[in-house]
Amino acid sequence: MEIFTEHVNGIMIHKITIGHIHESGCTGCLAALMDNYQGIFTILDKYADLVYGLTLVDVRKIPKMDVALIEGSVCIQDKLATDEVREVRDKSSVVIAIGGCACSGNITRFDRGGQQNQPQHESFVPVSDLIDVDIFVPACAPTPEALRNVCVMTYLLLRGNDEQKALAGMYLKPLMDLARSPYGSKASFNTLMQEVINLGLCMGCGSCAAACPVRAITMEYGKPQGLRDLCVNCGACFSQCPRSFFDHELMEHHEQIMGMLKAVMQ
Amino acid sequence: MAAPLGQYKMVLFARTTDKEILRGAQNGGIVTALLSYALDTGIIDGAVVAAPSRSKPWRGKFDPWRSEPIVAMTRDQLLSARKTGYNISPNVMMIKEATRSYGLDRVGIVGVPCQIQGVRKAQLYPIGMRGVPDKIALVIGIYCMEVFPYQSIVQIVEDHGGVKMESVEKIEIGKGNFTVVTERGRTIQIPLNETRDLEQPGCHVCLDYAATLADISTGSAGSPAGWSTVFIRTKIGDEVWKRAMQAGLFETKPIGQVEPGLGAVEKLAVEKITRNKKTLEDRDFIGTKGLRNPYITT
Repeated sequence: MEIFTEHVNGIMIHKITIGHIHESGCTGCLAALMDNYQGIFTILDKYADLVYGLTLVDVRKIPKMDVALIEGSVCIQDKLATDEVREVRDKSSVVIAIGGCACSGNITRFDRGGQQNQPQHESFVPVSDLIDVDIFVPACAPTPEALRNVCVMTYLLLRGNDEQKALAGMYLKPLMDLARSPYGSKASFNTLMQEVINLGLCMGCGSCAAACPVRAITMEYGKPQGLRDLCVNCGACFSQCPRSFFDHELMEHHEQIMGMLKAVMQ
Repeated sequence: MAAPLGQYKMVLFARTTDKEILRGAQNGGIVTALLSYALDTGIIDGAVVAAPSRSKPWRGKFDPWRSEPIVAMTRDQLLSARKTGYNISPNVMMIKEATRSYGLDRVGIVGVPCQIQGVRKAQLYPIGMRGVPDKIALVIGIYCMEVFPYQSIVQIVEDHGGVKMESVEKIEIGKGNFTVVTERGRTIQIPLNETRDLEQPGCHVCLDYAATLADISTGSAGSPAGWSTVFIRTKIGDEVWKRAMQAGLFETKPIGQVEPGLGAVEKLAVEKITRNKKTLEDRDFIGTKGLRNPYITT
């Protein structure tokens, strides 16, 4: 494929605009994005302008943007928040839910109110329950590498040549499917049970146990065993599982894709 | 899936010149020799391998028929992990441990095809794999038709084979048989079609035999006894293999010279892929709704 051999840096002249929108989350997702260290500067130097971000950009009103990265779930008793996600959807071409809270509610799923100074704020839902979300990047926190990969691929989807668009489309498809799936916004260890193990797909590789941020998963008799009381509903185990989604055609090019990701981050 | 054997730069027969490794090897000692070399030369700082279980004793030692993943950081640990186990060892579980808890920067990993798929997915979609994608230094794949849960191994050996687990010296799957060799030299062969039902169900939807996503993949299929067939697939695999060859680590034979050769590997790969594609198709007709297919096709 031409895309892998061409010097990709040369092509990328038109930056995209991105924003970070903070709903009910802990800023861990933003921290994870920043944990790309010099990588984040490369992204902002070459591929994207950050046009909105509560802690990083001095802009009060949500502007139009190509890509919105939403972190956190949404409190439906907070009109500011519900209006805001709606506005984000209206003003962005691509909405990416980053992190467990935005994708599947994460620990905010356990919230039932009673906290000062807004004790009536008791109902938190993932962003995709309120607006159409295009791409999911689950896990608590999402990894710097996953955010990097998705940012680069989204850039290619919007600004790349035909082949780059095709590659980015292939790469992002499962994360788009996840955003629309009936189980995506309900993800937890139970999703791994119901969509993988209960369906006879698990082969005991241990990806889920490695992915779990709270070490709720051990491997017993070769299969994942979940301590469900520890599970925070981040969805990492299910998304990491090679039997949740797997595209053989794309994965065959793993070497070239890793090489490309490395090259564009130089 | 394009080719059943995947993309590769080179394929050959090889066995290690390291007598200590070869003595306890399943076949040509390729995996242990490569990892030991990579460890010595700093290509990797450690490797995730399937080692005999430390949690359950067997003949008063670790149990080689009940595999557990370990992060091996010495040659001795690698030597302890020689031989094929044929039961489930969740190796991918340890890759984040290796980079995070053990603090390794260059990790090697050995796995069967589905595990290598897990490793590559961890690199391209590192959803919950912080610090992993860029630290995978060497991925070695082992051909695999299917594996068994440990309890199935016990059932095959003890119920079908009629010998106690304690007396097992070697287990080998190949040429249509599940072969058990006992301590005192008795060989029992159980046809694989009798053990089919005891295989791990998740293996029946797997579409890779020759670990096509590994840097280097190897196995006994196609090779003469005591040798292994080796595919060099990626740039990393090529570099490591060349260095190992220069260091005199392996003796090789070109694949054309010796029967049964590449055809035998391809035959097994096609057999597995065809059978499992059929399983996936059949799953569409379970009930009236069918079962979810995890593979994305465009």
